[in-house]
Amino acid sequence: MRGVVLKALLSHWRRRPLQLFSLAFGLALATALWTGVQAINAQARQSYAEAARSLGQIGFDQIIAPGGVLFDQSIYVALRRAGWQVSPVLQGQLRVNGPQSVDVIGMDPLSMPSPVTSSAMEGGAGLLTFITPPGQAMAHPETVAALQGAEGLPELLPVDGVPPGQLMVDIGVAQHLLDAPGQVSRLIVLDEQPLARAALHEVAPELQLRTGQDTSDIARLTDSFHLNLTAFGLLSAGVGLFIVHAAIGLAFEQRRVMFRTLRALGVSLNALTLALVAELLVFAIVTGAIGVVLGYVIAALLLPDVAATLRGLYGAGVSGTLSLQPAWWLGGLGVAMLGTAISASQSLWRLWRMGILAPARPRAWARQSQRGLWRQLAVSLVLGVLAVALARWGQGLVAGFAMLGALLMGAALALPPVLSGLAALAARASRGALAGWFWADTRHQMPGISLALMALLLAVAANIGVSTMVGSFRAAFTGWLDQVMVSELYVQARDEAEAEALDDWFETRADAVLPIWSDRVELSGLPGEVYGIVDHSTYRDNRVLLSGREDAWDRVFAEQGALISEQLSYGADLSVGDVLSLPGGLGLSVVGIYADYGNPMPQALIAQPVFNRVANAPQRLRLAVRVAPEKVGNLMRETVEDFGLPGENMTDQASIKAVSIRVFEQTFAITAVLNVLTLGVAGFAILTSLLTLSGMRLAQLAPVWAIGLSRSRLSVLELGRAALLTVVTAIVALPVGLLLAWALLAVVNVVAFGWRIPMQLFPVDWAVLGVVTMVAGVLSAAWPALRLARIAPAELLKVFAHER
Amino acid sequence: MNVKAILLPMVWLFWVVCAQAQSFAGLGSAADAGFATPVRGQALSFPTDHGAHPAYRIEWWYITANLQAEDGRDLGVQWTLFRSALAPEGGQGWSVPQVWMGHAAVTTARQHFTSERLARGGVGQAGAEAAPFRAWIDGWSMRGNPVTGPVTLKAEGRDFAYDLTLTANRPLVTHGEAGYSEKSDSGQASYYYSQPFYEVAGVVELPEGPINVTGQAWLDREWSSQPLDENQAGWDWVSLHFESGAKLMGFQVRDDQGAFTSGTWIHADGRVEPFRDAVVQLTPGKTVRVEGRRVPIEWQVTAPRFGLDVQITALNPQAWMPMLFSYWEGPVTIAGSHRGKGYLEMTGYD
Repeated sequence: MRGVVLKALLSHWRRRPLQLFSLAFGLALATALWTGVQAINAQARQSYAEAARSLGQIGFDQIIAPGGVLFDQSIYVALRRAGWQVSPVLQGQLRVNGPQSVDVIGMDPLSMPSPVTSSAMEGGAGLLTFITPPGQAMAHPETVAALQGAEGLPELLPVDGVPPGQLMVDIGVAQHLLDAPGQVSRLIVLDEQPLARAALHEVAPELQLRTGQDTSDIARLTDSFHLNLTAFGLLSAGVGLFIVHAAIGLAFEQRRVMFRTLRALGVSLNALTLALVAELLVFAIVTGAIGVVLGYVIAALLLPDVAATLRGLYGAGVSGTLSLQPAWWLGGLGVAMLGTAISASQSLWRLWRMGILAPARPRAWARQSQRGLWRQLAVSLVLGVLAVALARWGQGLVAGFAMLGALLMGAALALPPVLSGLAALAARASRGALAGWFWADTRHQMPGISLALMALLLAVAANIGVSTMVGSFRAAFTGWLDQVMVSELYVQARDEAEAEALDDWFETRADAVLPIWSDRVELSGLPGEVYGIVDHSTYRDNRVLLSGREDAWDRVFAEQGALISEQLSYGADLSVGDVLSLPGGLGLSVVGIYADYGNPMPQALIAQPVFNRVANAPQRLRLAVRVAPEKVGNLMRETVEDFGLPGENMTDQASIKAVSIRVFEQTFAITAVLNVLTLGVAGFAILTSLLTLSGMRLAQLAPVWAIGLSRSRLSVLELGRAALLTVVTAIVALPVGLLLAWALLAVVNVVAFGWRIPMQLFPVDWAVLGVVTMVAGVLSAAWPALRLARIAPAELLKVFAHER
Repeated sequence: MNVKAILLPMVWLFWVVCAQAQSFAGLGSAADAGFATPVRGQALSFPTDHGAHPAYRIEWWYITANLQAEDGRDLGVQWTLFRSALAPEGGQGWSVPQVWMGHAAVTTARQHFTSERLARGGVGQAGAEAAPFRAWIDGWSMRGNPVTGPVTLKAEGRDFAYDLTLTANRPLVTHGEAGYSEKSDSGQASYYYSQPFYEVAGVVELPEGPINVTGQAWLDREWSSQPLDENQAGWDWVSLHFESGAKLMGFQVRDDQGAFTSGTWIHADGRVEPFRDAVVQLTPGKTVRVEGRRVPIEWQVTAPRFGLDVQITALNPQAWMPMLFSYWEGPVTIAGSHRGKGYLEMTGYD
């Protein structure tokens, strides 16, 4: 008996392969997007953890000098002699191949706590080669590949455990590479310490102990990005589940007759429900497995973009390779089953409550759903109020995303009542039987297609929201680049003497030479960088401040004020008028705040004399040269001839801008991909809904056809309806998308990246998107319409014979 | 420090050539080009030879002490500083290819505390200087006149520490031929001298609190470039203080054929009688399971030439040193023809 029931149930899918496909596709897609995003996040987190572990950031206390400056290794030895179990680290940026730079991490393999390095060294030629100049450097295989042909580096050993973008070398080798003989950056305090040891202030009063953190700085910094990605993944997975819900709902409705027959034949409600649950379980497991594999593929395809994004935004190295982990299988299958359960619960509930001889008409379903429309509208209103409340009183990233969620769900739920209401209004306003029938039929179709339209609404809204954000960002970014990259030529000297010589040399050949001096220091408690600048109209005329005093530049060059970056302003909670504390107990009044997009480091601009007072290890190598653009080429050539300066030490404005724009575009590549994916899924949802509906609607269309409306006329009306519905949906989606953009720009981005961007509107993009959406809608409707146009009249006639 | 986490890779790291697994800690690997090798007949020179010999591959300053607490309890203390050269060069800076390792232990009948230190030579974190003599790694140190004392000896670990003062009233003892000590029939040898006559007083700190101790200690100084033959897997070594005032250093180096034995009988007045070739017999007795392997913790030690027939028994059978390369080292009590206390070291029981 059980077998017969299952066979009967499954026969439905055999007869409707497309429905089966859309169910499987939706479920696999939801699982895939979820798994894919999780995989990317997991991979990134693993990379951070490795980086942090190898740097001894996680868990270990550290001893550092105030302001993070280097200190003498004799202090390390003194602490060891006093009983402290510490391990020295020297870390710094090394320029290779011109603009490229790597993070050099020097450590002592004997006292190092990390299993990363020690296990890595097993493969090496041994400790002797590692510590004897020129030494060896362990690096991620990707880094090794990127550094092929670089000069002045030790032999590179590819080691998977080393985070990308880093070179692990012996501390002695690092001191040589970074030109810091006898210096260390910090000491890692090992977990196991002896019974008694001298107090830190007795041995090294100039150093301070920083207690270990549970998570690395990078992990914390990028948390918001991953939350962003997760939200997108959830949204896409949600769209996939819309398809599943629609497919399951339809399958249940279409099998009402079968259910009734089976029940009448003596199958108990329990047995029937159980059989349906078993059927769904099998679907969930099979499609879940497909979804996990698909998710892996998606993750593998997207990971390079994500890695680029993270490098661009936060300087966080993430490996571009992926490994399939058992946890994803479990997670993916879990998502598939949970998704199926959520999608099917309503249908199962209805089945459970269905009377044994309930009329098996689609119309019954429609009416029930219409009752539901009011409920939906009420829920949507509640969600809308919640979104407004969260926007008004909510704080932080989670509130921001909750607001986005409430906004999107509320809008999606409101769509069917709105469309239904519009159709009712149109019906009232329309004249003629055909128009009356058209609107009534539209309303009648609504329950079947509303889920697909909701998916479309979400997709379009997300598209508008994200592209508005990216567009606003791009506009702000390019405008900012124009302000910052004013000088025509940027030169980096190889040492300070050369920098001075270059300065003199350019004085006679260029309109102006602006030295750019910088140093890494602590700014109001945050590790950041400070720039010492000289008074020149280049700054006054071009740099636009986000906020600041009228006389901001005068105050800066009068050594009475500092300009700070937006990131520093948010990070240290400083506004104009507050005091920025600099190393050496110096405080400067904040006179202005400027945008500094794409820089993870807090930053401050101060006058050069002040800079000289606060800098510990100043970099005085860079020069910005003002010269007529047409002279740049010649000047670069002459510089190479006169100074033998390598070409990569000079960059003209145009190249810098090009590189910056490219980094920017990479940064949002993943967003674009997810956008396209979501829209495509929504289009597919419409297609499957219409296809399924087209089969069911024969009963409604046959009488109209019998009255005299031709098949081609009918199909044109179908196409028109699809176009109309998608366009109205897109129009409803517009304000939702703009609200989304506002939330992203004003709430999420500020927390995630530390900058706020003025929102700009791109009506042309909306128009394009609207057309694309309509085309997608019409295309989705084309196949069902074509089928209708070509349907054999006999099929239509059968409707009258088959009257249920 | 999680020894296990770094053990595997570090074994390679420290003794350089651990591929030759049959030879304990790679001590049997051939001396590389450039390393100095001990020469028969070359006299030791003091105080220079108290310091480090960077041209030789391996060297140690090894003190074992049999101590007694005020309440009569027996304790053993070990303080060892190893130097291992990756290349026969000294000097200053991180690139100096000298690696130092410290082992310290306190053993009671029930407990066994150990600690280990690793350090690079060349930056001041570890080293050994002849005059004034000091040998140190991190906060562990041995300093003073190694011949007569007073020598202060300090070490500390996570759960123990000690601070001892050592004095002696008899001269140094050389082993083998005036300090040239052979380790195999094929000519492997080391320079080897001892000060077995230290009297000790000081404080040992244990989790239960400080304990005042007195007793006797034995310093072994040895350096070489290839002390073992390639087929020698490990050794059993004893240093015994008899109540008569005489002392015995005896060892056997085990290989696939049998064992190479050697040693020195030290009379109470300081006269020495070095010997080799089966003069002393070391016969393993009862074995126990220690850290996953079986180790003999009772030995029959006989040397008919000196009227010796004793049984030595470990004070604490679980005196395993769980270091980068691990071994058994602990105090023993002596019974039989002679009575007394001593130290037993067993390597290569893997």
